[in-house]
Amino acid sequence: MAATAAQGSDTVIEVENLVACYGEHRVLDGVSLQVRKGEIMVIMGGSGSGKSTLLRYLLGLHRPVSGTVRLFGRDIHRLGARQWTDLRRKTGVAFQGGALFNSMSVGENVRMPLREHTRLDRNTMRIMSRMKLEVVNLSGYEDLMPSQLSGGMLKRAALARALIMDPDLLFFDEPSAGLDPVVADELDSLILRIRDAMQVSIVVVTHELESAFKIADRITVLDKGVILMTGTVDEVRNSDVPRIRNLLTRTHEEQPVDADDYLRRLTGSMD
Amino acid sequence: MQPAGFRSFGERFGRRIAGGVEDFGYGALLLAESLFWIALGRWWRQPVRVQSMVREMMEIGVLAIPVLSILGFANGAMMAMQGIYTLRDFGAESQVISGLATAVTREFGVLITGIVVAGRSGSAIAARIGTMQMAQEIDALRVMGVAPVRYLVSPILVAFLVMMPVLTILADAMAILGGGMICLLELHISLGTYLDRVWAVLVPADIWQGLLKSLVFGVLITLVATGNGFNADKGAEGLGRATTRSVVLSIGAIVVTDMIFTFFLIL
Repeated sequence: MAATAAQGSDTVIEVENLVACYGEHRVLDGVSLQVRKGEIMVIMGGSGSGKSTLLRYLLGLHRPVSGTVRLFGRDIHRLGARQWTDLRRKTGVAFQGGALFNSMSVGENVRMPLREHTRLDRNTMRIMSRMKLEVVNLSGYEDLMPSQLSGGMLKRAALARALIMDPDLLFFDEPSAGLDPVVADELDSLILRIRDAMQVSIVVVTHELESAFKIADRITVLDKGVILMTGTVDEVRNSDVPRIRNLLTRTHEEQPVDADDYLRRLTGSMD
Repeated sequence: MQPAGFRSFGERFGRRIAGGVEDFGYGALLLAESLFWIALGRWWRQPVRVQSMVREMMEIGVLAIPVLSILGFANGAMMAMQGIYTLRDFGAESQVISGLATAVTREFGVLITGIVVAGRSGSAIAARIGTMQMAQEIDALRVMGVAPVRYLVSPILVAFLVMMPVLTILADAMAILGGGMICLLELHISLGTYLDRVWAVLVPADIWQGLLKSLVFGVLITLVATGNGFNADKGAEGLGRATTRSVVLSIGAIVVTDMIFTFFLIL
C-alpha cells in the first residue's frame, strides 16, 4: 500500500484483492496488481490460470465478488454510466480473435469509435482511420471485409481500432495466439513501437513465454487464480518458485493422487 | 415412483418456472432499456442512429414484402374456398365476403404477418446477435462505451414498430385480393362488386384491432429474438438452439397473445 501512495498518479491500474467466481469455483482469489504509466505489463499464465478472466474484470465486463479495480485512480464499479463511458474512451481493447464487426469493412470498424464518440466529419474520420491502419501496416486494406483478412491481419486491424481514440491505456488479449512465429514476432515489435510512439500504457495477456519476455517491462505470473509473482523480465526468469520454473521450462506438474479423494470423486452425487 | 424421482421432477418443474420468470423479467428489462435509449439516447450522447433503423426496416420490412404478399394472397384464397364450401350447404355462399373481410383484418392478416416476420427476421436476428456474442463483438461494443442494447436492440424495436403495421396492411390487402379472386372464379362476383362489399362490411375498429396487435407482436418478436441471441450458448449447437428457440417462442407468444387479445376485444 505504501508503494501505491508513493507512485500516486503514476499508476493507471490498481487492482486490490479481487475475487471472482464462476458458480462455486473461485477463478480469481485475492488478486492485487498495479500497472504503471507507460509500461507494458504482461499477465502470463497457462490455460485456466484465470488470466483471461482477470482481463474481463479489468475491462469492467463483470462485477467482482469482492475487491476493487481502479482505472486512472477511479473505482470502475462506483462510476456513473456517463463517467464510465468517458473512461472507456481513454482505453482501447484488442480482443483475441479481433472481434471486428463482421458486417462492416475494416475501415468502418476502425472508424466506429470515432463515429460513436465524436462529431468529426466523414473525411477527417477517414484520414484518421487510414493513419492508424498505416501504423499497423494495413494501409490499403480498409475496404476489405474482416472475413477476407488473415488471423494476423485481424489482430492488427483490431489494434488499429483500439488505437483510434488515442487511448492512454491499451489492453491486448493473446496477441500471438494462433499466429506463426514470424507474424507473432512482427506483432510484438509493433506493440513496442506503439508504446514508444504513443506513450501508452499497455496490458498484454498471453501464454507465450517468448512474446512476454520480448515486450514486457514487468510480468505478472498468474496460476490457478493466484498471482505467483510480479516482477521484471529478469526477476521472473531467475525466479526459483517451483511453479514459475515449471511454466518457464514447460514442465507438467504432477498432481499427487489422494486415493480417498479419488474414490469420493468417482462415487459423488449418487443416490 | 421413488421419492428421489419425485424430488427430481419437482426440482425440474421448479427450475422451469424460475427460468420462465427470469426470461420474463429479462424481456421486460430489455424492453425498458431499449425504450430508454430511443427516448433519451440523444441526451446521453448515445443516439439511436437513423441509418441503423432504416437498415433494419429494409431487412425486416421491405425484404419481407414478396413472401408476405404470396402467403397473404394464398391465405385469403384458402379462407374464401373454405368459406364458400361451408356456406354452400346453407345457400349463402355470397356471405363469405363479410366473414372473410372481418376475419382477415382482425385476425389472419396480422397473424400471418407475425408468423412470417418471426420466421424470417426473428431467426436472423437471434443468429446475428448470437454470433456477435461468440466473437466477442458485444464485449467490443461495451468496452468502446457503446451500450449494446442501444446499438443492436433499439433500432430493431423501432423497425418492428414501424414495419409491422405496414406489413399487416399489406397482408390484409393481399388476403382480401386472394379472396376476391376465388369469389370471381367460383361465384362470378366481379372484383369491383367484391371490393364494394368488403368496404361496406369493414369498420375502422376491425383495421385498428389488427394494427394494434401488430405492434404488440413486433415488440414480442424483438424481445424474444434479441434475448435469445444475447443468451445463446457457445458453439454452433448453442447458436442453432437459440435460433430455433427464437422462432418457436416468438410464434408461440404471438398465437397466445392473439388469443388473449381476441378474448378481451370481442367478448
